[in-house]
Amino acid sequence: MTTTVDLAPPPAPSSDPRTPRRLSPGLQPSDRIFHGGATVIGMVVLALTGAIGLFLGFQSIPTLHYYGLHFFTETQWLPELNKIGIAAVLVGTVEVALVAMVVSFPLALMLALFITDYAPKRIKSWLISTVDLMAAVPSIIYGLWGFYLLQPHAINVARFLSQYVGWFPVFHVDTDPNAAVWQQSRYTSSAFIAGLAVAMMAIPLACAIMRGVFDQAPLGEREAAMALGGTRFGVARTVVLPFAKGGVIGGTMLALGRALGETAAVLIIISPAYDIKPRILEAGTQTTSALIAGNFGNATKSQLSALLTAGFVLFLITLAVNSFAAVFIRRSRSGAGTEI
Amino acid sequence: MTTLYSLPEVHEDDAPPQRPRTPRRIRSFSSEDRFAAVGSVLASLALVYVGYLHIFYFSGLLGFLICWYVAFIVVYGTVVSVANPRPIVVERLVTSTLYLASAIVVLALASTVVYIFAKGWRALVHVNFFTHDMAGVSPTAPLTQGGILHAIVGTVIEVGIAVAVSIPLGIGTAVYMTEVRGRGSKLVRTVVESMTALPEILAGLFVYVVLIIEFGLSKTGLAVSAAMAVTMVPIIARAGEVALRVVPGGLREASSALGATHWKTVIRVVLPSAAAGLVTATILAIARGIGETAIPLICSGASSFMNYNPTQEPMNSLPLFIYTAYTTHESLAITRAFGAASVLMTMVLALFVTARFLVRDRGARR
Repeated sequence: MTTTVDLAPPPAPSSDPRTPRRLSPGLQPSDRIFHGGATVIGMVVLALTGAIGLFLGFQSIPTLHYYGLHFFTETQWLPELNKIGIAAVLVGTVEVALVAMVVSFPLALMLALFITDYAPKRIKSWLISTVDLMAAVPSIIYGLWGFYLLQPHAINVARFLSQYVGWFPVFHVDTDPNAAVWQQSRYTSSAFIAGLAVAMMAIPLACAIMRGVFDQAPLGEREAAMALGGTRFGVARTVVLPFAKGGVIGGTMLALGRALGETAAVLIIISPAYDIKPRILEAGTQTTSALIAGNFGNATKSQLSALLTAGFVLFLITLAVNSFAAVFIRRSRSGAGTEI
Repeated sequence: MTTLYSLPEVHEDDAPPQRPRTPRRIRSFSSEDRFAAVGSVLASLALVYVGYLHIFYFSGLLGFLICWYVAFIVVYGTVVSVANPRPIVVERLVTSTLYLASAIVVLALASTVVYIFAKGWRALVHVNFFTHDMAGVSPTAPLTQGGILHAIVGTVIEVGIAVAVSIPLGIGTAVYMTEVRGRGSKLVRTVVESMTALPEILAGLFVYVVLIIEFGLSKTGLAVSAAMAVTMVPIIARAGEVALRVVPGGLREASSALGATHWKTVIRVVLPSAAAGLVTATILAIARGIGETAIPLICSGASSFMNYNPTQEPMNSLPLFIYTAYTTHESLAITRAFGAASVLMTMVLALFVTARFLVRDRGARR
């Protein structure tokens, strides 16, 4: 393609040929406008996004001042009784996210490895599209899927787990799992099932990042491992995975950040319950986003600021997780090698 | 697939070599191996069928599949280890596990799509579902009454405004961070990156508290667009920055060396080179916006009537319609919810295919 470009005007001929020609003529007017415009946009975005962060921070000061540390230790959310705390909510948020991670991490890792190292060419591009599409599916659709299609099957697994490993507090359910007519409703709407639906959102995110890093594993080392007689798994174990360790951790953390803030799917599946319990298979839990979605409607101003504070705490957690992820991803993917 | 060729031996004046010239295939999967794999699948199925259903009396499809997999690994491992050394056994087991994991993920996605359309089908066959709104129609009314046109229009308007605002802001910020590199670019990058961690519901709550509670505006489609833009701008800016950063510096230098101004370099060289990445970033942000449930729930609230005006009155959107219909727990309302979910899914699919087409087209022309 031929492009015509504006030529910079030739430098003014200097009167004395022996003084050096000025090399940086400064910015063109068009460039000055361009730089100014881009700076303005950058600053507007900075001001807007920064304002949100600061606003949330300032909003939470009165709440934290009023409730003090009880805000973090109180489990109930009873604004009428002036009892407000996020202890149970935070535990629920983390439980749902952890279930999602436990399910999605091995699947995302294996899928990414399959795409880069194992899949035949035809399947490979097709799988990449599938994973990208999976990332685009709205979370509320995964919520419907989890509630109507997955839940009737998942409660059987939940019952099985509570039957055989119920002595472990995480898998315990407060009902008799061996009863002839077992109480199905004790196993529905749990953190476990919500986590399964959230995992569907976490898988494509983690997989895309892991795949990107696996692809960059040095070809020479791969070939060397193959030439030494390594199997594909041998190559993956000795070359690809050690190279991509940072990307694997980073991708997982990024997916965790997303899982912590998920609203719609969780809102559809769980039934709210405000108690700290490790029993992820049991009905009822609460997450921060679901708390906000469920309580903002009839909240007074001070309750709204309490909800904002709960949201701000969630934001700080996801921010910490994301920053942690960014450090790992940056370390493993430098962007070098794109220069020509 | 890597293939090793047997080298023809060089003889000065001998007859041509007798060895076949066809390449020897390494890592071939012989018919023996295939029988081992198929046989293990069948053997483990039979084993679990008897053990799971008739000896231990377990129940549930999911548990059956899990036990089948465990039995398969044991049987297949044993069969392969009869004739092969350990590394090959490990390789075979890992390969089958990876195939299975990929199949699980693909199946999960396929089941989602198929299930949504299958359940929504009864609503989708009625034309009025696409041409009417729900004004004056109760959730329990038969499917021949009412429709989701108001939700479709609402989604399109809300996402349209949000995208129109966030594309220039997002890409402008990306250009500022990578091309202009002003003094504040590091700060902008840090803040924008941290804002991608902002949960959507918090963006919605922020707009709700500031615009609706503090400034006393009513719940409208515009408030939804504002909150959506808050979540979209950081996504576009960050993904756009990555797309711009991988444009080879040599292209920029070549353009400058030809005498182009910086503005011309960016608009004629850098942005076109990064077009595929920028389109992907935008589509990603749009897909997020379309599926956004928490924001419309907080900033607009569901309405049952058609509203073309984003500055007045609540405006429904597809995810919000799905959610509110779900909360009624009426079977007809839930059928409508699945119908709306099918429409939403179709929109996402259409966007996705468009993005693929655009990106592929770019790639082919280069």
